Amino acid sequence: MTRFNAFNLVKNALGGHKAWTEQWPESQPKAEYDVVIVGAGGHGLGAAYYLAKEHGITNIAVIDKGWLGGGNTGRNTTIIRSNYLYDESARLFDHSVDLWQTLSQELNYNVMYSNRGCLMLAHNVHDVQSFKRHIHANRLNGVDNRWLTPEECKEYCPPINIAKDARYPVMGGALQERAGTARHDAVAWGYARGAAARGVDIIQNCAVQAIRRGPDGAVIGVDTDKGFIKCKKIGVSASGHNSMVMATAGVRLPLESMPLQALVSEPVKPIFPCVVMSNAVHAYCSQSDKGELVIGSGTDQYVSYSQRGGLPLIEHTIAAISEVFPIFNRMRMLRKWGGITDNTPDRSPIIGKTPVKNLYVNCGWGTGGFKATPGSAHVFAHTIAKDEPHPINAPFSLDRFRTGRLIDEAAAAAVAH
Amino acid sequence: MLLIHCPYCDETLPEVEFTYAGEAHIVRPENPSAVTDEEWESFLFLRDNVKGNHYERWRHFHGCGRYFNAVRNTITDKFLTTYEAGAPRPSIESLTEKGK
Repeated sequence: MTRFNAFNLVKNALGGHKAWTEQWPESQPKAEYDVVIVGAGGHGLGAAYYLAKEHGITNIAVIDKGWLGGGNTGRNTTIIRSNYLYDESARLFDHSVDLWQTLSQELNYNVMYSNRGCLMLAHNVHDVQSFKRHIHANRLNGVDNRWLTPEECKEYCPPINIAKDARYPVMGGALQERAGTARHDAVAWGYARGAAARGVDIIQNCAVQAIRRGPDGAVIGVDTDKGFIKCKKIGVSASGHNSMVMATAGVRLPLESMPLQALVSEPVKPIFPCVVMSNAVHAYCSQSDKGELVIGSGTDQYVSYSQRGGLPLIEHTIAAISEVFPIFNRMRMLRKWGGITDNTPDRSPIIGKTPVKNLYVNCGWGTGGFKATPGSAHVFAHTIAKDEPHPINAPFSLDRFRTGRLIDEAAAAAVAH
Repeated sequence: MLLIHCPYCDETLPEVEFTYAGEAHIVRPENPSAVTDEEWESFLFLRDNVKGNHYERWRHFHGCGRYFNAVRNTITDKFLTTYEAGAPRPSIESLTEKGK
């Protein structure tokens, strides 16, 4: 792997860019690994990267049934923030935001992290009270978040309509300035490149058919399209398909897979300086570096594995965006797509051990997994390497649905993630 | 947009009239105080999350307001059938034979 720096850039430019090495090799499975990660998205590749870098485990395979970063890593709206209400969530997501700050330098790969700020608009008295509560809770946890008046919102993000007679009047907003966006594909590519450089095999187009267990119940390997692969430990982070993969090991999960849609407009000149979310009207919007408005909202209401979703939700989303930003109401939309999100009943993720020995799961990220990629990967690697959770992910255990210690962000925030 | 047949109104109507209500045929325990934590976990939270033919509940929210059951393929989103709540679970074989 050639390091990206000014010297190598100039050298390769003079040589006609023919000497660059490939970023990760096309790997074929070996007979045995220490760890197999199921799912080559940001979370899975990141976990392999941190296992290799921080825990000295390099005999790892990351296996994906499709192509690297082709699932939800490539299908989200790239929003990064950590303004969650509860202590456990704030710690988890802020750990991630901490890692985002220097991720490009860490990976020697430009993930285009841009801390352009995330503004959450309040449209009614309940929103105002609830957001102010969030702001106070966040500040007590050391997470930056502050209150803006409608005029300050307009100043921070000029396209917002703050007219008093708007259908959804803006009564203020909560601004997290450390929040922002990143280039989603680059996150997967950067982790893949970093992991491969440390000896990790990335095996694409190879579906895991089943997890195989030995007579003592512990995992012994995985059956795949390319045959049986023996391994000591398995980490599953397969987003929408987690229920299916884990079912082959006899583990039922509290998950429902639903399509989450997003869409982008035609590219325009820079007009939208930050991320704006509106929970009451249920839509969120930012502008990519290419100039497209990136728009999303909630999931479709039913379990589905079709990566499409229904049009009523798009209609609802666009109606909300047109109302809050009338300036955009004649923009043409270019593309829409869906990703399959695995949702838990309390809308918090599950990262930890399972009832099966040496089988670990990182799932239930629902509609909010992208922002957590570095932090989630980091604590999942710790959990796999040490066979016990990191203090940050300890509360996000699978057994909380039996003990009742839920982390109920759904009721507390009612937000689009 | 899904088109959904309400078995009570006997009409096929757009999805926006309906709300989804999760997996079907999950039976509430007869004697809740005798149920263990594991059984509560299973009843309340654990789901099959099927990729394929899925038994599920819907409610005709903006119509008759009643709950009913459906079999829908979660890969194609196509409904195989809908039937009244309380009716026995139809077998997948009986539904696919009809060429639906």
